[in-house]
Amino acid sequence: MSSETAGGNNIDPNTMSIIVTKGTLDWAYPPFILGSTAAAMGLKVTMFFTFYGLGLLLKDLDLKVSTLGNPGMKMPMMGMHMGMPNLVSAIPGVDRMATTMMKNMIKKKGVASIPELREMAVEAECRLIACQMTMDLFEYSTDDMIPGLEIGGAATYIEVATQSHINLFI
Amino acid sequence: MADHTLDAKGLNCPLPILKAKKALKEVPDGGTLEILATDPGSVADFEAFSRTTGNELLEHSEEGGVYRFLLKKTA
Repeated sequence: MSSETAGGNNIDPNTMSIIVTKGTLDWAYPPFILGSTAAAMGLKVTMFFTFYGLGLLLKDLDLKVSTLGNPGMKMPMMGMHMGMPNLVSAIPGVDRMATTMMKNMIKKKGVASIPELREMAVEAECRLIACQMTMDLFEYSTDDMIPGLEIGGAATYIEVATQSHINLFI
Repeated sequence: MADHTLDAKGLNCPLPILKAKKALKEVPDGGTLEILATDPGSVADFEAFSRTTGNELLEHSEEGGVYRFLLKKTA
């Protein structure tokens, strides 16, 4: 088999791509933290937003967490760490309450907000690609999204991946 | 005296690094940036930042829960 694949061995070690697939408040953190930090450390970063991750590019973010089916999510409450039984999570208003708690904790602990991290990623010239198929599927328009996005599909991402030393799926 | 000082106290990961990177833009080549932080994770992070970017970490110390880093802009 030929070893002359696209990209080959000449990949710049300071390159990273991230596929962003999840759109809840908690899952919005890893891609934006890593993307913005990598860019700050001089890496060329490309982020590809697909499925629920695409919502993270909307101008107006209203991100939420859900405790439903999330046994790993234990919040500090009443002097201990408590998870939420699914039966309770299903009650209307519980996710809203958990989201408010999470946002309060984020503020209190000096953790960046998602809009802040996203802005830093944009400022640091991370290349942001919105998945065209997801745009069609969920009926999103570029008018609803932050400016400066590229639109692309699977082949666009694969090309990026062949040129990136680090490729993450989140 | 450092050319610039960044107060990153109370900020959590990755904000001290992101703000330091921004602040470095204001520092002349060969100049220094002093960073004050309270995030204990920033110790390992500024070392990694320095190794990866080539900006030299001249000093780091801790006093009363405040970490002080001195970065030299070399890259």
